[in-house]
Amino acid sequence: MTGYILRRVLQAIPVFFGTTFLIYFMVFAMPGDPILALFGDKSPNPAVLAQLRAQYHLDQPFIVQYFLYIGGIFQGDLGTAFNGEPVADILARTFPVTTRLAILALIFQSVAGILVGLVSGLRKGKLFDSSSLVISLILISLPIFVIAFVAQYVFGVQLGWARATVGPGAPIQDLILPALVLASVSFAQIVRLTRSSVIETSGLDFVRTAYSKGLSKRRIIPVHILRNSLIPVVTYLATDFGVLLVGATITEGIFNVPGVGNTLYRAIIGGQSPTVVSFVTVMVLLYLVVNLVVDLLYGLLDPRIRYVK
Amino acid sequence: MASALALSGCATDSAPEESTGGDSSAIITANGSEPQNPLIPTNTNEVGGGKILDEIFAGLVYYDATGAPVNDVAESIETDDATTFTIKIKPDLTFTNGDPVDSQSFIKAWNYGALLSNAQLSSYFFEDIEGFSYDEDSELTGLVEVDATTFTVTLKEARSDFPLRLGYSAFYPLPAAAWDDLEAFGENPIGNGPYMLDGEGAWKHEESIDLVVNPDYDGGRVAQNGGLTIKFYLDQAAAYADLLDGNLDVLDAIPDSAYSTFESDLGDRAINQAAAVFQSFTIPERLEHFSGEEGQLRRQALSMAINREEITDVIFEGTRTPATDFTSPVISGYSDELEGAEVLEYNEDKAKELWAEADAISPWTGTFSIAYNADGGHQGWVDAVSNSIKNTLGIDAAGAPYPTFKEARTLITDRTIQTAFRTGWQADYPGLYNFLGPLYATNAGSNDGDYSSEEFDTLLNDGASETDVEAANADFQAAQEILLQDLPAIPLWYSNVTGGFGEGVSNVEFGWNSVPLFYAITK
Repeated sequence: MTGYILRRVLQAIPVFFGTTFLIYFMVFAMPGDPILALFGDKSPNPAVLAQLRAQYHLDQPFIVQYFLYIGGIFQGDLGTAFNGEPVADILARTFPVTTRLAILALIFQSVAGILVGLVSGLRKGKLFDSSSLVISLILISLPIFVIAFVAQYVFGVQLGWARATVGPGAPIQDLILPALVLASVSFAQIVRLTRSSVIETSGLDFVRTAYSKGLSKRRIIPVHILRNSLIPVVTYLATDFGVLLVGATITEGIFNVPGVGNTLYRAIIGGQSPTVVSFVTVMVLLYLVVNLVVDLLYGLLDPRIRYVK
Repeated sequence: MASALALSGCATDSAPEESTGGDSSAIITANGSEPQNPLIPTNTNEVGGGKILDEIFAGLVYYDATGAPVNDVAESIETDDATTFTIKIKPDLTFTNGDPVDSQSFIKAWNYGALLSNAQLSSYFFEDIEGFSYDEDSELTGLVEVDATTFTVTLKEARSDFPLRLGYSAFYPLPAAAWDDLEAFGENPIGNGPYMLDGEGAWKHEESIDLVVNPDYDGGRVAQNGGLTIKFYLDQAAAYADLLDGNLDVLDAIPDSAYSTFESDLGDRAINQAAAVFQSFTIPERLEHFSGEEGQLRRQALSMAINREEITDVIFEGTRTPATDFTSPVISGYSDELEGAEVLEYNEDKAKELWAEADAISPWTGTFSIAYNADGGHQGWVDAVSNSIKNTLGIDAAGAPYPTFKEARTLITDRTIQTAFRTGWQADYPGLYNFLGPLYATNAGSNDGDYSSEEFDTLLNDGASETDVEAANADFQAAQEILLQDLPAIPLWYSNVTGGFGEGVSNVEFGWNSVPLFYAITK
């Protein structure tokens, strides 16, 4: 097991270099001069422009800029954003906020999704099942920004159950509404996945055997049916983590959450390569970690996987 | 001499208004955006940072609601020739850390802002002062300290509107403490304005900045409330939702999505008035068919082919005001009766006629395109303008989108763009010259279309050297009449300031620069 984890961690090293290089290259390849944009519609003096470009190494070729950036990382310096703030500080400020939002969403969607999916699957064809299918279909087909705007207007502005935008410090209670919005699409997917998986498992021989042995439903449903139905759901949750981060960008914009999405969007538009690269790299590493955790979870769910080398 | 008269002795006029029963300790929340740069006055040229600087610093003058300059730190600003200005500072003023506000706090700050190697975004503001150089590091020799509270400014040439510029943030003074570590200062700036930062770390990046009243401020902008919290929004729609929800007191930009509803949502708490923002599209003279007499005819024809009234109504729901000149109605000296202004009116027959005349000189070929940045919400009106041109003149016309602002600006600055392009100008200070000099004078910094007219340059210089405001404005108006013939840029409309305020607040008034006068707001 330790060897397996070690191998997975070592894999992260080429991924780190590959990602930073690719992202740096893509930000660099975006047309236009980020310094020029700082002057708005007004044309700057060329000498001032040259000074600023030199300050951010933008006068160097791409490969030199990249190695300056990587060299900085090994000295603990992630570069500086145009507002003079070290990128490391921005990361330290924004990632906890987005992580809170993402974890909250992950909890909502997995707990609610699995529960509703399980009940639907066990009561196939009943009223609960068909109505949950209709609701999940609606949620899947609506773009996330529509759900976000409607939720903001109805629950924030009209009913006043929540703040329309997230308040200072992004406290948990303000993040609930955005997290519910963020969770909504995946929730619907999880309901459908769990439902079909539960229906499939319920028809298998070992479940029938369990019933005929006279085991109670209370034991059969969680241990025999649910546990064996969760593998596709957990796989989905892992890949969904990336979708969650992207969805967070839109949701953060609408609910004004001071998180990764907001900052990354501004940095991309402004062509601030150190900020963009550092952010995306951390996101990629997070994604790798989540996938590693999920791979380990398989072992818990299915002993057969645990022993395979 | 008139400018000296206009600017001296006004400070006592603006004593605080009679009590309105407001709570003098209430905190007003307003929308803003994360400053792009550290909060150093000479390095801030965008609204997000400028809005904060204007509250925590007091310059020599400030602008009242009509855009007229009122002495703030200055006791008097005098000149006989519009070239040398003698500036007297009120005695015994201090920054919030106790440093004195004296001649040196201006001279040092301006010299820092102007020095080439400091690469300050607003360095061009000092270009008229003697000693300024764009080519090498050079001291502003035009700044001379007379005594602790008096200094003189000598300009390279006459600029009658120089005192008018002094309310802009680039001209704010800096305390001696700033020079220890300017970068750290930019994070926690120390000012001398009506408000100050609420302690170290009051600027919470991408979230908000907290300002409290500066009890030592001694000027015309005395705060009628307990402080300001400026919340940063990436998306105006979120700010608008907060306003409706009661989480925000004052909003100075309504999102596009609420243009059609905000006046009914907010009733008499809605604001929609012309602002000092001029929108146009520029046609460089180097384009085929757009130089000489043929170019002039085509420009006039294009201008008359655009139905500005209809576009501002339909696309912008009345949140733009059709242009009648090259400046803005909120600027003193603005006129909607300039000779030749009829070229800005929709006139199908005349447009066709002029286009045909141009065709007689050299027949039209190709498509007329207007370049714009797709990240700025411009597509709607560019398409409408193109359609208006297409339908009136019977030629191909279309928008040419570029994905980002920086990409479009790069092409424009490099002069590689081969079409007309969107242009806009937000004034730095409320004067006619600011809309004309930087944009259309020969070789001027923001003359993106490389327009050059001897007659225009002469009138502009005449106006700049007049010490009488009326006479100067008359020259600037005459200069605009030349622009109306040549149309280096086609004026479209003035942006309106759209905003609103919450039920609990009153005395909300917007300044000439579309920013609310925060100090006057009560709650």
